[in-house]
Amino acid sequence: MYAKKLRRDAYLFFLPGFLFVCWFIVYPLVQNFLYSFYDFRLTKLSDKTFIGLDNYNAIFHEKLLWISLRNMLYYGLLTVPGQMVLGFLAAYALYRSFPGVKFFRAVYFVPVVTSWVVASLVFKFIFTDRGFLNYLLTDKLHWTSAPVSWLSTPFLALTVLALLGIWKGIGWVMVLYLAALQNVPQSLYDAAKVDGAGAWQRLVHITIPSVRQTSSFIQVMLIIGSFNVFTSVMLMTGGGPLHETEVLLSWMYNKAFKHYDLGYAAALAYLFALPIALLNWLQMRRDKESD
Amino acid sequence: MIMNARLSRVSIGIALLIGAAISLYPLFFMLSTSLQPSAVILEYPPRLWPSAPTWDHYKEAWNSQQFGQSLLNSVFVTVASFFALFALSSMLAFAYSRFEFRGKRLSWLVLMACLTIPVMTLIIPQFVMTRDMGLYDSYWALILVYTASGIPFTTFLLKGFFDSISREIDESVYMDGGSSRLLFLRIVMPLSKPAFVPAIIFNALYIWEEFPWALTIINDPAKRTLPVALANFQGQYTTQWGVVFAGSLIALLPILFLFLFLQRYLIRGMTAGAVKG
Repeated sequence: MYAKKLRRDAYLFFLPGFLFVCWFIVYPLVQNFLYSFYDFRLTKLSDKTFIGLDNYNAIFHEKLLWISLRNMLYYGLLTVPGQMVLGFLAAYALYRSFPGVKFFRAVYFVPVVTSWVVASLVFKFIFTDRGFLNYLLTDKLHWTSAPVSWLSTPFLALTVLALLGIWKGIGWVMVLYLAALQNVPQSLYDAAKVDGAGAWQRLVHITIPSVRQTSSFIQVMLIIGSFNVFTSVMLMTGGGPLHETEVLLSWMYNKAFKHYDLGYAAALAYLFALPIALLNWLQMRRDKESD
Repeated sequence: MIMNARLSRVSIGIALLIGAAISLYPLFFMLSTSLQPSAVILEYPPRLWPSAPTWDHYKEAWNSQQFGQSLLNSVFVTVASFFALFALSSMLAFAYSRFEFRGKRLSWLVLMACLTIPVMTLIIPQFVMTRDMGLYDSYWALILVYTASGIPFTTFLLKGFFDSISREIDESVYMDGGSSRLLFLRIVMPLSKPAFVPAIIFNALYIWEEFPWALTIINDPAKRTLPVALANFQGQYTTQWGVVFAGSLIALLPILFLFLFLQRYLIRGMTAGAVKG
């Protein structure tokens, strides 16, 4: 009787939220998969034709695939370690209390709170040809003879995008590490001190291994984050010049909502989302096993 | 040895200050640009700080009809999504933390899988679906999708915290004839206040600044949320950087205050919650 009532209660708590997720996330995920096999245009939504693997085929013959893969790889290689290392260092410097520690923690979190749109606009303005940075580099420091075209040189533009990503993400990583560092038992440090371990040895042998689980959580989240780069690309370079700074999401978005080719864009979304989901999945499993 | 310790403390201090300067520089830059008259902004060489600061751009941004309206829209959409999101997520987390039921393991896997899917890859089916529901160009489309997208992570955070609340409390509640609703509303939820802080901050950030979905599903300028309105400012007044940054700063304030207000609970909430070292 008692157990039966509890079981009924369980579903009352469980179903609303779970069904909602199914409705707006799981079902679209399935739909997306189906769309990717159709010639499906935004201009005639009611009329789609099955074309098998044609969308995927077209994608693999598109040069943009390699360009956007390369760009995302570069972006990820800069931003994931960049945010992790700097975020960890910030947390390591700020996890014990000293006068002013709250100020620093708050200040380092400010970029996280700044929205992508706002941050992209500011960075764009700072890095424009006649912007402040160029003024500093050419007219003040004389490091360059002519203004650097930061945003119209693909490699530099991607670097600026990555700098923005790092700038914006350090505070978030810091907060996660702050929480983790406070859970490392002080007794471990005390024991190490008794054994004569220096600050560096304590960091390498105690601190870093103790926050391993947090690190891998952060890593997963940052990989997803770097995969999600979109707003900054759209607002700062628009994928240009000549699609050279395109990433998957900007390409997908333009395919869907500028060229109206929903089927193609759906296939793109799948091609990129699947490996990432798989990667994260594997990482999570590995963490579980190593516990 | 002592000299060494002092030296390293000083260099850490300097590094921290440089980091702080870099963190705040873009904000400073926005502020200084927004306070300059438009003619001065375009001058070369650019100025670090205006010689004659003016609030004109703030007045202009504030008075432009779109901006005020989009601020209201953003507040409305964020608040509405929050209610739905936190109601559904906390119930869901409670179910996972306190009950055994059929499909528990499988559904949890599904939820965690949703956590790893980049939200934007769903934009096409979500667009078609909400359009078919007649919700194109409506706040509902925003609220429903924001709520659903926030549920997996919020549930994950809250469940971690709920799990840390002793189950002996459950026993005593049921023994006294209390219902699970009582346990949820009167005991687990109040005890979990710290866990809500990181959840509130992360969701507020996500919803308040969400750009791609709002850009796609909203067409009517009067229904735009702040991020879309700001991005549009840039296109609309190509040279009016002063207005753009004045608007950006106004948009930043609510979330900055929310964060400063909740900040001291943030780390405590995370320490106690799911993300442990």
